[in-house]
Amino acid sequence: MVYTALILTSLYYLIPLYVMIITSVKDLDAIRYGNIFIPTANPTLDPWIKAWSQACTGLKCSGLAPGFFNSVSITIPSVIVSIAVASVSGYSLANWPFKFGEFFFTVLLVGSFIPYQVMLYPLVIITREMGIYSTLWAVIFVHTVFGLPILTLLFRNYFASLPPELFKAARVDGAGYWRIFFQVMLPMSVPIFTVAVILQVTGIWNDFLFGVIYAGPTNYPMTVQLNNIVNSLQGVKEYNVDMAATILTGLVPLTIYFVSGRYFVRGIAAGAVKG
Amino acid sequence: MKQNAAAQSSASVSVRGIALSYGAVKVLKALDLDIMDGEFIVLLGPSGCGKSTLLNCIAGLLEPSEGQVFIKGKNVTWEEPKDRGIGMVFQSYALYPQMTVERNLSFGLRVSGLPKKEIEKRVKRVAEMLQLEELLQRKPTALSGGQRQRVAIGRALVREVDVFLFDEPLSNLDAKLRAELRVEIKRLHQRLGNTMIYVTHDQIEAMTLADRIAVMRGGVIQQLDEPQTIYNKPRNLYVAGFIGSPSMNFINGAIMGSGSKATFAFAGEKVSLTDYVSERPLVAGAAVLGVRPEHILLDHAANKDASDSFKATVDLVEPMGSDSLVWLKIGEQLLSARVESNRSFAAGQKIGVRFRVGLASVFDEATTDRF
Repeated sequence: MVYTALILTSLYYLIPLYVMIITSVKDLDAIRYGNIFIPTANPTLDPWIKAWSQACTGLKCSGLAPGFFNSVSITIPSVIVSIAVASVSGYSLANWPFKFGEFFFTVLLVGSFIPYQVMLYPLVIITREMGIYSTLWAVIFVHTVFGLPILTLLFRNYFASLPPELFKAARVDGAGYWRIFFQVMLPMSVPIFTVAVILQVTGIWNDFLFGVIYAGPTNYPMTVQLNNIVNSLQGVKEYNVDMAATILTGLVPLTIYFVSGRYFVRGIAAGAVKG
Repeated sequence: MKQNAAAQSSASVSVRGIALSYGAVKVLKALDLDIMDGEFIVLLGPSGCGKSTLLNCIAGLLEPSEGQVFIKGKNVTWEEPKDRGIGMVFQSYALYPQMTVERNLSFGLRVSGLPKKEIEKRVKRVAEMLQLEELLQRKPTALSGGQRQRVAIGRALVREVDVFLFDEPLSNLDAKLRAELRVEIKRLHQRLGNTMIYVTHDQIEAMTLADRIAVMRGGVIQQLDEPQTIYNKPRNLYVAGFIGSPSMNFINGAIMGSGSKATFAFAGEKVSLTDYVSERPLVAGAAVLGVRPEHILLDHAANKDASDSFKATVDLVEPMGSDSLVWLKIGEQLLSARVESNRSFAAGQKIGVRFRVGLASVFDEATTDRF
């Protein structure tokens, strides 16, 4: 019974993906017949090739590829820096009580609930003054900053849930701030780091807003480029190319979910419930 | 005997006026404690009495709001835990889960940068002492609770320090293992002769291990004495009630007269206090007589001749194997008496009762202090 329900629900949610995939391998003639649920007799990979390297966005016709590499160069540094800073901050907040620590934590908590839109324009000015506006660095900077509150929260709660006696034992053993972090805490924190990586990679990869605003036209991430391909009309609407481009863009977060779905659930449960 | 030997040498750990508050809650109140070299001190009390807090202050894991800590005559109040010459064992074992037993044991030594040869030597010695040789390459998850705690004890031992701190080390173990490790810890103390400070809420552990017990309550030490003194001459009602299982009988009444003629009157009965061993003169007035269950003597027939005997009714009997606990009623007063298990009593039976007043305690009802 349970499985019947699960299978039916899954099928229902998979319908759009099914339509996207079969449409992406049809040629335009096949699409014109309508029948969106029926696969074509003559599948072709041309729409995929076009989406990747030839589709036009405005004046340029180089497909999604440049966007993909932009997204990669945005995601990797933002993920690494934000997680590095947040894990150390979370560790400090959880294990090394300092003056105003509670206050700092509250500010962080409030910070993670402020809507992005409020800070868009101030950040334009800040990045302009830093001389990085309209570069990849601006997007990286913004993503890193916006990732910090929620990640720090996540790490703090996780470290706070570890047995405090372990930390005490390490102190009696003579280990200092960094040694406890690297040799005692980190080896126990694989789940929460996995969660953080998933959250950040998917979040940053899927971002559209910051990419549009801070990257500048030559550095648009994949999502922005996808939008430009789908929304720019030159003559006939190429549904097959649009579908292929969309799947290509979604492939990275999709892969991440598939590979680490188990960790994701476990980590969220471990980090978010306690504390 | 131990006390005399200890008194001649210098204090190993001294706590001077330690106070600690969390906001408005005072966990420790200007507490003083001197622990002699090689002494086994047990801090005993219910949860929340401040015993673990005190231990953490001595370890340097908590900073007291006031007061100072001396170890081996050196003021270590502001020293890091590692510089205090202490080793510590925790209730939850606190083994580093990703390290093997060997790495767990040697972690502190590697941190301090000891030469490899020396580390190996010490680990080997401790592993032998605690029978951990077979387990050295295992991870903590592959060990039983008792083995884990032995590793945790070993981790304190390899440091070769003067003072060992135990924070309820046996509380997570089942009864049988607890008894085994208790003996092992006692043997370790006899063999090493180090100063040991041991926190527990288990009075059996306290009685069996300690040279001296500090009974704590509300951030204050109620009594600091040898186990037998604590048991026989509890300083106040709290200590009297906390120590001993089954617990001491408390009888509310009044002291009549004074000196060797003094008597204790309750529920229409009178007990002569002539044999009572007092610390300070008895004062007439409201008082509480404390008698341990084994210090109540029962006669099958109400003995009319004995002047100090009075009548009681058996309420119920709890056989405990080695002995039995007989619950008695004298008027409204309920008492428990411990008798040999081969003596039989039936509920409702009328019997004669005598107190061994020489082993009892009388407390002032107003101050709760022992006379």
